[in-house]
Amino acid sequence: MTEQGIGAAVARREDRRFVTGQGHYTDDINRRGQTHACFVRSPHAHATLNGVDTAAAGAMPGVRAIFVGEDMAEVGPLICGWAITDVHGEPFRAPPHPALAIGKVNYAGEAVAVVIADTLEQAKDAAAAVEVDYGLLDAVVDPAQATADGQPQIHEAAPGNLSFEWALGDKAAVDAVFDGAAHVTSLEFANNRLVPNAMEPRACVAEYDAGSGEHTLHIASQNPHVHRLVMSAFHGLAPEHKLRVVAPDVGGGFGSKIFIYAEEVVLTWAASRVRRPIKWTAERSESFLTDAHGRDHATTAELALDSDGKFLAMRVDTTANMGAYLSTFASAVPTYLYATLLAGQYTTGGIYCNVKAVFTNTVPVDAYRGAGRPEAAYVVERLVEAAAAETGRDPAELRKTNFVPADAFPYETPVIMQYDCGDFAGSMDQALDLAGYSGFQARKAESKAGGKLRGIGFSSYIEACGVAPSAAAGSLGAGVGLWESANIRFNPTGNVQLFTGCHSHGQGHETAYAQIVADKLGVPYEQVEVIHGDSSKIPFGMGTYGSRSAAVGGSAIVKAADKVIEKGRKIAAHTLEASEDDIEFAGGNFTVKGTDKAMNIAEVAFTAYVPHNYPEGLEPGLDETAFYDPLNFSFPAGTHVCEVEVDPETGSVSIERYAAVDDFGVLINPLIVEGQVHGGIGQGVGQAMLEHAVYDGAGQLVSGSYMDYTMPRADDVPSYDVGFNGVPSPLNPLGVKGCGEAGAIAAPAAVMNAVHDALRDVGVGHIEMPATPLRVWQAIRDAA
Amino acid sequence: MTVSVSLTVNGEAVSADVEPRTLLVQMLREGLGLTGTHVGCDTSQCGACVVHVDGESVKACTMLAIQAEGADVKTIEGVADGDTLHPMQQAFHENHGLQCGFCTPGMIMSALDLVKNNPDPTEREIREWLEGNLCRCTGYHNIVKSIDAGARAMRG
Repeated sequence: MTEQGIGAAVARREDRRFVTGQGHYTDDINRRGQTHACFVRSPHAHATLNGVDTAAAGAMPGVRAIFVGEDMAEVGPLICGWAITDVHGEPFRAPPHPALAIGKVNYAGEAVAVVIADTLEQAKDAAAAVEVDYGLLDAVVDPAQATADGQPQIHEAAPGNLSFEWALGDKAAVDAVFDGAAHVTSLEFANNRLVPNAMEPRACVAEYDAGSGEHTLHIASQNPHVHRLVMSAFHGLAPEHKLRVVAPDVGGGFGSKIFIYAEEVVLTWAASRVRRPIKWTAERSESFLTDAHGRDHATTAELALDSDGKFLAMRVDTTANMGAYLSTFASAVPTYLYATLLAGQYTTGGIYCNVKAVFTNTVPVDAYRGAGRPEAAYVVERLVEAAAAETGRDPAELRKTNFVPADAFPYETPVIMQYDCGDFAGSMDQALDLAGYSGFQARKAESKAGGKLRGIGFSSYIEACGVAPSAAAGSLGAGVGLWESANIRFNPTGNVQLFTGCHSHGQGHETAYAQIVADKLGVPYEQVEVIHGDSSKIPFGMGTYGSRSAAVGGSAIVKAADKVIEKGRKIAAHTLEASEDDIEFAGGNFTVKGTDKAMNIAEVAFTAYVPHNYPEGLEPGLDETAFYDPLNFSFPAGTHVCEVEVDPETGSVSIERYAAVDDFGVLINPLIVEGQVHGGIGQGVGQAMLEHAVYDGAGQLVSGSYMDYTMPRADDVPSYDVGFNGVPSPLNPLGVKGCGEAGAIAAPAAVMNAVHDALRDVGVGHIEMPATPLRVWQAIRDAA
Repeated sequence: MTVSVSLTVNGEAVSADVEPRTLLVQMLREGLGLTGTHVGCDTSQCGACVVHVDGESVKACTMLAIQAEGADVKTIEGVADGDTLHPMQQAFHENHGLQCGFCTPGMIMSALDLVKNNPDPTEREIREWLEGNLCRCTGYHNIVKSIDAGARAMRG
């Protein structure tokens, strides 16, 4: 390892601009002649749209245009890009989602019209003057009731408010195992609905150049090329070569900025109508109402054990609330990103999972940090913990009894995944040490003496990252390939520009990717520049989500670097008058084997651009592009241990200790990886203890601001003890696995298992997330 | 109708004609081009817009521009000494106290006010002081560590 190569804890180069206020987020962009958009949004969750009167608003000062759904009839509706085949072999029901509502609104906050005016204030004033005639309908809010007889129908194309019923596994075989099991643990619980809440609200600035016919969209996006592809191919806004999408600095995403939303479609279309740049930045209230939410499952889960505590089978029945429409990747979340992870770290023999995806009059639900995998880990790890309590076993020991052993890889699960490698027991042992498990009983006694309840909880999660091998994803319904690109461009003076199709919105790619290039090519780290986020600069890219940037994006960089070395070897051989086979490359130097004849890679680059003495037939230049399609998912896994203290008088829960040991394979930059773990745990703790997106019976979001939706704050969370037990993945050239989502996947079960452990002493059997003081206090009172 | 407002921002005298409803943060961002001060919410909860007004940390979204008449305002752009980062900025960098960077200016401005009033804060005091600043990326771990390190560096 070099000082700034792979494995070095390099402090991030992107920090300087952010700590000095010099970042460039979308809302920081202003264009000459820029106008502002304000959306008229439905205040009702479910209503017919009988008419929109824009006459008065249109006459107000500064208003340039007002558009309604019918004006955009030529623009294709928002799409869901992952097709699901249901249990009957039929395609899922994905009713059209017009960017501006036509005829009907299906959630509170849905865009009905857009006002474009010279100033934001003028746009807002005019939007308030748009008169909309709504015909109120009863709303469907509770997903458990959505498919029942007599419920209001949201879409004609989805009878019974059902998008699809889908299943994985052999039900009859699993049922038979349950019939003969020594013990069955059954649980019913919800996975609470969350609002992603990236601190930068969604924003876009759309421009149209009438001279060239080119559209430019600046947007807070995790995947600018995916935006371009969908907006071109499905919305028909412009051909790809006439649509440039730029995602500059983006203030967090967590999934919510993957998707193609109404606002960017409307602005891109409208900019060519009003012939002015148009800007829109969400107010936080709009973010709550319109950003795709996360989670929202209701689940019944059962685990069958034999008399030795071996897991025989698992049966899971889930209702997934999709909201009013299927968002961009929504259908993949409760299916292929969920049921396929139900084996967890265990050798469970058979698994059957049934999922009903239902529509309600709420904002669409889609991928949020972890996307399906937190829901799966919660099912598995709550079941395991409950089974341990019911059968009188130590929860750590019960897990060890059932772990896939270290010598069993590659391991085929009953739910179509093949785990490449891992050391589940090793991570558990390390986590027990880090958590001070042996001292827990003493700490518990001390708490008890002080009138408090103390509990400890485990979460031995696994997830599938490195999204995704294209052929596999395609066979499961994905509408896109999920490879990644990298372009390494040497300049004649020897410095390097790396163009990547992944996008950094907090992950530190500008640093970590430069480390990879410096390490592989022996170029000084400072001489490597990382460029991302602009469709006019990058060959093509699928973006950043699913913890893919290291395993897929990083692997593409290695592949491009290999091509550079291969070409450099030819140039060096010619210059050094040696056979290509005799050229060795290490530390940035091409050397003739067994001699001191050498030239460095900067000299090779110069020669490539000034090819006066150059191999015959070889192209000048040193500029190599690679596309990498992963061989499999990667499987980060680990054990998190949470210790809580509960005050039975107030119901307040305090996290006293939190230890995490994760296997992410090789770490490129441990400083960044630790930060990813901290942030993920913070969001997981938020889900477990604080956060809940709540709709009332009329479909109004009652937790629609930071006054009502409890975001984790600094005094709600502890410091975390983070350790690693990396087993390099054999399936990609870096040996990496992905670290972006692990914390959010592991933490909810770890926290809730600890809360359940603490409350078991006072007879509380079950408590839902978020474990707020009120809920905990009530549960203690109810049990007494 | 516009109203004229004159104040000092990062040591420079500035004046602008603003609508009475213009917030201080809007004047800083749109009028003066100081886009390091961010807007992350509309209920004065997130703290991405924290600046110093006459030496005190203030959420620039809770104050009208006209209320800053005659005030001495410092934004994140005025914290470093030329190309030399302030010790608190340096501490955020060295301790990986930021990821997406959106909350960072507010965190730093808030941290500076904490340390001004409490040069040697405990972890608990740092966490409680940050009650008005939201971060979604870091889980706060490294922000707390950064402020502790920054305070130490400022004590010298």
